Formats: sequence, structure tokens, C-alpha cells
Amino acid sequence: MTVLFFLVFAALAVFCAINLVVQTHPIASALSLIGVMGSLAVLYLQLGGEFIAAAQVIVYAGAIMVLFVFVIMLLNAGAEAATFQVSRFVKYFGVILLAAFLGLISFIIQGALPKTEGVIFGAFQGTALDVGRKLFTAYLLPFEVTSVLILIAIVGAIVLARKEV
Amino acid sequence: MPPNALLNAAVPLSWYLILSAILFALGVAGFIFRRNIITVFMSIELMLNAVNLSFVTFSYQFRQVDGHIYSFFVMVVAAAEAAVGLAIILTVFKNRATLMIDEVNSMKY
Repeated sequence: MTVLFFLVFAALAVFCAINLVVQTHPIASALSLIGVMGSLAVLYLQLGGEFIAAAQVIVYAGAIMVLFVFVIMLLNAGAEAATFQVSRFVKYFGVILLAAFLGLISFIIQGALPKTEGVIFGAFQGTALDVGRKLFTAYLLPFEVTSVLILIAIVGAIVLARKEV
Repeated sequence: MPPNALLNAAVPLSWYLILSAILFALGVAGFIFRRNIITVFMSIELMLNAVNLSFVTFSYQFRQVDGHIYSFFVMVVAAAEAAVGLAIILTVFKNRATLMIDEVNSMKY
């Protein structure tokens, strides 16, 4: 069952990611990105990341993508113009290079990873309890720094979005 | 292969990492090929998601929740980045009335 779930949601994620890249309209790209995030949430759940799967759906697919869709609709962004002025060298050679890069990475991953047992659903559960306990003990300082980062981001966004810039 | 073998088989850990690499490469492709600034920004989010998958996979490998915490921090940084980045996009659109990155090139000359 684990293999089946992995294959279905990995295929969905890759399909949605390709769709994100090839679609010309930003709204279609945003919907594809939500598809990628939802599939990845299922894969996180399979790997025992309950908290991360929930946060993925709530924070990423919920909050961040709503922000994206809001901006797309606010700016009334249409489809990209068809005049794609990239040189043919970049267009074709870039795809080949990307494929070669992927093949190399896959080869290295296959070769470098120790032959461990595979992923079985339920073998490891990083529950919200474990994550919270570690977050507020070992990672307390980074967590507090993160709150400062969020504050700076809020101030920066307000300053940028003021009337007179 | 009997049907039960496929149902009970474990997924190799490397498959998750390869999926992560594929998603990252697609994010790079979108970043390079797209001209709409919002789509470029979404490609960056795709790359961040791919890295998160690697973190969670290694977290499973070591049976530690540290990877979950790292990907949680990545999510927080992505949220902050989305807020500031979209504000920058709004400002660019207000000043230039365009979203195409090729037309925002006055620094070049």
C-alpha cells in the first residue's frame, strides 16, 4: 500500500510541477502549486511527519497560496505574452542540461545512500508532541529568532505597500 | 508477483530524494524559463517544497524529528519571504504597470 500511495502522489506532484512550469496563466500555475503541496503533505504523512503535513496544508496551501492568488487577482495578471525571446540555445540546451543534472543527481543518490530498509507507514511517527518538545528545548533560540524575522517581514511589507513609495 | 508483495513492500528511501530532486529541477526550470514575476516567485516556492521533502526524508532515516523542525523553519521563512516579495511585486506593478521581468530592466542601462 505504501508503494502504491507513493507512486500515485509522486506522479501527481511531478505532473502538477510540470503544469506549473508550462502554464502561461499565473492562476493555473498557482492551482498546480497547491496540487504539489497537497501531494507533498500526503508524502510527509507517509514519512511520519504528522505535524509537518498539517502545517504544510494550513500554512503553505492555506495561507501562502491565498496570498499569491490574492495578489494575482489584485493585479489582474493575465497570460504571458507569447513572444518568448529566449535564444534557441538556452531553450533546448537548457532542457537537456536539466535532464542530465537530474540523472546525475539520481545516480549519486542511488549510489551514496546506504542500503537501509525502506519506508513503511507507521514505522516512525514524529508526532506533534515530539516536535513541540524539541522545538521548545533544543531549538528554542532559532524559534525566537524566527519570531523576530516574522516581525521584520511584517514591518517590511507594510513599508513597501505604503501609498507614497 | 503476488498482489500482496506490492501491497506490503517498502518504498526505498532514495525514491523520495529523487522525487525531491525532480521537483527542485522543475522549480529551477520555471525560475529560468518563465517571464511572469509571480510565476517565477511560485517556482521558488516549489524549490523550497522540494528541499522540505528531503528534510523530512532524512528525518525518517535517522528517526529524529530535527528534520521536521528544519522544514518548519523553512515554511516560516517562506511565509515571510512571500509577504515581503509580494509587497515588492505590488510596488513594481504600481511603478511600472507590468509583471514581465524582461521589462523591468532599467538597472541594466
